[in-house]
Order: sequence, then C-alpha cells, then structure tokens
Amino acid sequence: MLNRDDLMLEEMEVVWEKPETLTDVKMHYCPGCGHGVIHKILMEVVQELNIQDKTIGVAPVGCSVLAYHYMNIDMQEAAHGRATAVATGIKRFLPDKLVFTYQGDGDLAAIGTAETIHACNRGENFLIIFINNAIYGMTGGQMAPTSLLGMVTSTTPEGREVKTQGFPFKITEVVAQLPGTYYVTRQSVHTANAVRHFKKAVEKAFRYQMENKGTCLIEIVSNCPSGWKMTPVQANKWLEENMFPYFPPGDLKVDGKIVEKKTQQQK
Amino acid sequence: MSEVRLMKGNEAAAEAAIRAGCDCYFGYPITPQSEIIEYLSDQGRKRGMIVMQVESEVAAINMIYGAAGAGARAMSSSSSPGISLMQEGISYIACAELPCLLININRGGPGLGTIQPSQGDYFQAVKGGGHGDYHLIVLAPASVQEMADFVYLGFDLADKYRNPVMILADGALGQMMERVEFKDYNISEHKLPKQWATTGKTPDREPNIITSLHIQSEEMEKINLRLQQKYRTIEQNEVRYELLNTNDAEYLFVAFGLSARICQKAMDIARTENIKVGLLRPITLYPYPYKILNQLASKIKGVLVVEMNAGQMVEDVKLGIEGKVPVDFYGRMGGIVPTPEEIVLKLKELIQKTSK
Ligand SMILES: Cc1ncc(C[n+]2csc(CCOP(=O)(O)OP(=O)(O)O)c2C)c(N)n1
Ligand code: SF4
Ligand SMILES: [Mg+2]
Repeated sequence: MLNRDDLMLEEMEVVWEKPETLTDVKMHYCPGCGHGVIHKILMEVVQELNIQDKTIGVAPVGCSVLAYHYMNIDMQEAAHGRATAVATGIKRFLPDKLVFTYQGDGDLAAIGTAETIHACNRGENFLIIFINNAIYGMTGGQMAPTSLLGMVTSTTPEGREVKTQGFPFKITEVVAQLPGTYYVTRQSVHTANAVRHFKKAVEKAFRYQMENKGTCLIEIVSNCPSGWKMTPVQANKWLEENMFPYFPPGDLKVDGKIVEKKTQQQK
Repeated sequence: MSEVRLMKGNEAAAEAAIRAGCDCYFGYPITPQSEIIEYLSDQGRKRGMIVMQVESEVAAINMIYGAAGAGARAMSSSSSPGISLMQEGISYIACAELPCLLININRGGPGLGTIQPSQGDYFQAVKGGGHGDYHLIVLAPASVQEMADFVYLGFDLADKYRNPVMILADGALGQMMERVEFKDYNISEHKLPKQWATTGKTPDREPNIITSLHIQSEEMEKINLRLQQKYRTIEQNEVRYELLNTNDAEYLFVAFGLSARICQKAMDIARTENIKVGLLRPITLYPYPYKILNQLASKIKGVLVVEMNAGQMVEDVKLGIEGKVPVDFYGRMGGIVPTPEEIVLKLKELIQKTSK
C-alpha cells in the first residue's frame, strides 16, 4: 500500500537532484547567502563535465573555509589570502588536474592581493572564483576592500569614506588588464536568470582550463544578509541598486581580449 | 653512481635536492643563499624539476603547502628575514602534516641585519617560530658534505613523519667550498606513494582533504594530542649527534654547525696544552640530544656552549645538564665568527672557576 508521501513523490516531477559532487550535509551558511548557491552551481558543473576525479579545490579562510564539507572532491584549505599560491603549487605539480580557488573579497583583494595579481600575471592555468560580498562575513561584518563608499560596517560605523579607507577596489578590472588572464567575467546569483549565466561562465572556464588557456576569474557580486543586516530579499535588492552601479555585471575579458566598455554595458 | 665534486654548500644542497627527486622548488632570492635557486633554475629545470622564483616568501611557502598537499617532494630555501615571512605557512604545514624541506641559511639579525653568518635563528627554528604547538625536525650541518647529505635525510624524515624538516645552516656553510660526495640514492625506493594527497577523488575513496582547521575545541585538542604523540616518537627515534674526544674529557664544548667546526679547532689547541676537552655536536637541534648531555654531565667538570648568537641553544644544554655542572656560554653576534683562540681563553676561565 502506498502512503501519502510516496503518492506525493510519484506525482511530482523531479526538477533538481543533488549531484554526487555535493555531500549530503546541511550547509552552515546564513539564510539567503550566495555561498550556498555558488557551491551548488560549481559542483553541478563538475558533475556534468564528469571531472570529479580530476578537480581539486582550494578554500581559503573566509565564510566558505569549510567548503570541503560540502564539495565531494579533493580539497585543500588555505591560509587567509594564499589560495592562488596554494593553487599554483597544486597545478604546477599536477598540470593535468583541474584546479579552482574559492575566495572572498578580503582574501583575494586585501590580504592576498599580491598572490592574486602574480598568479594572474603568470597566467596560472586555473579558475579563480571570487565572491564579492563587500564585507568580511566570517569575522562579523568589517569593511572589505570592496565595501562601497558610505557603506556602514562594524569598522566603518560612519560609512566608508575615501580619505581614510580609499576607494572600493575593482581588482577584477585590474586583473583583466594582465596578459596572463584569458577569461574574466563579473556575474551574480541573485536571480534564476543570473544563476544560469553564472553556470555557463563556470562551464566555459573549466573548458578553457582543459585547453590550457591561462587564468580565468569569475567574480560573483554576492550578498551577506547577516553582515549587511538585511533580510535576504532586501539584500538582493540592495545588491542590484548599490553594488551593480559600481561593479557592473558582464564580461571584462573574453578569449584573452578586453571587452570594450560599451558592449559590456549593453549586456 | 656516487660522484665527488668541489662545491659551495648552497650548490651542494641544490644538487642533492635534484638527486633526491625533489619535484618542486618555490623561492625568492636572498643573500647568502641565492645560489640554491640559481643552481636549481639551471640544473634543476634541465633535469625535470619545477623551479619557480615567485613574488615573495609568503607565496613560496604556500605553494609548498599546495604542492606537498598534492603529493610532491617540495622544497624552499631562504635566509632569516625570508624565513620569518614564512612562519604562518610553516605553522599551517605542521598542522596539516605535510612533508617538505626548508633550508634556512641563517644571517645576522635582528631586522635586516647583515648578510654575514649567524646562528641567531635557533629559537625560531627549534622552538616553533610560527603560532601554536608544533615542531619542525631541525638538522644542523657542519660541512658541505652534510649540506648535501641532510637534504636526502631531510626529505626521508619529512615523508616518514609527515612533518616539515628544516636544515638550519649559516652563511659561511652556504658559501664555503669543500669536497662533497654524492652517494647513491635510489629515488624510487625512498619516494613512497602518498595515499592522502589531493590528486583528484576517485570513486573508490572518500575525498582527500588537506586542512589545519578544526573548529571544535575537542577536535582541535585531538589533533594536538596526535601531533604531540608524533613528536614524542620523533624524540625517541631521531636524535642525532657527534661526539669527539669525550672519553677522557674533563670539560665539554657543546656547539652546532659552524661553531662546532671552530670548537674542533679550539679543542685541538687546548689539547696541545693538556686540557682535556671534548665536543658534543648536536646534529638534530629538534629533537635535541638531552640524554647524552645528561650522561656526560656525570663525567665532566664544566660545559662551554659556543654559538653565533646571544645564547640560545645554551638553554637546552642547561635543560640537559640539569644543574649537575656549571654551564658557561661564549657567543659572537652580528655576523662575527668566533676564533678558536677566543674560545680557548673562555674555556680557561671556566677551568679556573671550576677548580677553585
Ligand atoms: C592572517 C589572518 N588574518 C586575519 C584572519 C581573520 N579573518 C578570517 S576570514 C577574514 C575575512 C574574510 O572575508 P572575506 O575574504 O571577504 O570572506 P567572506 O567571509 O566575506 O566570505 C579575516 C579577516 C585570518 N584568519 N588570518
Ligand atoms: S556571514 Fe554573510 S557571507 Fe557568511 S554565511 Fe552569513 S550571509 Fe553568508
Ligand atoms: Mg567578503
């Protein structure tokens, strides 16, 4: 005899199944946080490209330092800021494997700026996933190098101002200028459509890595509902209204060529 | 086939690394050890090694972490300021239990200091250097021959214990030329498969994770207890030292590396004056030869520790001697190398003190 639950299941269409590349563990991220979605998309791509046995991830200190609890692949945790150095060590020794880093804005654009720029300048053949949530999530909401002007954080209680804190750092624009980068794009995951675009970008980047094209960097303009002190819905709205004008989504570099500003805006 | 050559200490270490099957070298130039990266950039690359001059020592040590975590025999070298920059990474490597070899060609400090030889980094190398409770295995060569030999030994110990190993030498050992024999070393017998390395998760196993993060205190304490257990095993098995003229000795020099070479000369001078002095040369600075010191203490009247620093290893000597006989210290700093004559004078002072 079928019970009610079985009946329900039979009648429903399966629209999403957890890929093998994700562990069956509940994620610790706050409700509405972009990290969870980004993890899922990344691992879906690894599954669909059938590269689980080749992929090695690097998760540096930041909210996503425990990414290896959720991603069912070989991974290394890295010191704060050093993900691209660790990835360089892995990829240089195992050039046939597919390597990615998963870094926050503090990690990639403050403490690890030198490692980021030099890895990109060497054209290290791996993928950098850069989560720009304009804040230090893990340590409780301090200013990030990408915090917007006027943005209130626990270390900029009056709002970020240029005189003391300088400008929000567009590091993605900087690395796009380096000849070592092949594909540089800015994405988001705050709508279903954005998620689809992001997934395409990840697929492309892994394929480029298989073709030894050089460094690919995908920035995700993401959120931090807890650090921003907003509900997930408010956070995503704030992201569109405040982050996008300064960090406009779109490709910055495709096939090793800088995308002109105009076409970038049209997208 | 073994081969004899005349080489600088730095070059001998680099040549040995190639022969030991070192896969990757990441480093940043600094005097007095740049010959290592220069030699490897030429010979190492030609013979199949990955050799990279990178943006900083911070990057280098984290590349070592990545490569070692992926199963490579990995090595870096630097001199004092550069080794200071690496300390966070070394602590991560120790906790994640990654085997690797680091060479510190110690120069005079603190600060930018001098490029002349020093032993001022003893505490940093032996007592931790970075944060947390961990130990490196520390080897102290005293000749160009040992600069080469300890590279093989260092890689083997690193693999055996999944622990970082440091060769602590000084600018003089790095720069001086001596005869060195490269003995046969069968790489395939020594380089064993590393099942724990991140090489890509295959369906037949769980993911391999390299990490030093253990958020739960209970878990972190467990990791610490396991590390401490390992250090006790290392202390049991790996103490190495050299004894010279200790059978009839009434006095004892204790010195490592270059200081030990100079003490040997001082010993020869003293013995021509009928002073019965011997030498204990610790080869492993961690684990330290406390036991033999304690045994010798019951046969001698006093100890003179000689170092090229303000007195660092002397603290370990005192721990070993346990107050049984007086322990004196003679040291020079700032890159000045003590002369045998100065050391003999200091020894005579000790003799006078103890025969009163
Ligand atoms: C050397 C060092 N300095 C500081 C820290 C503390 N710390 C941990 S994560 C972090 C910032 C994380 O921010 P981000 O990289 O943007 O990641 P997020 O948590 O926002 O995803 C800081 C400052 C550390 N772990 N190591
Ligand atoms: S603190 Fe921010 S970045 Fe971290 S999990 Fe929570 S919402 Fe996400
Ligand atoms: Mg952040």
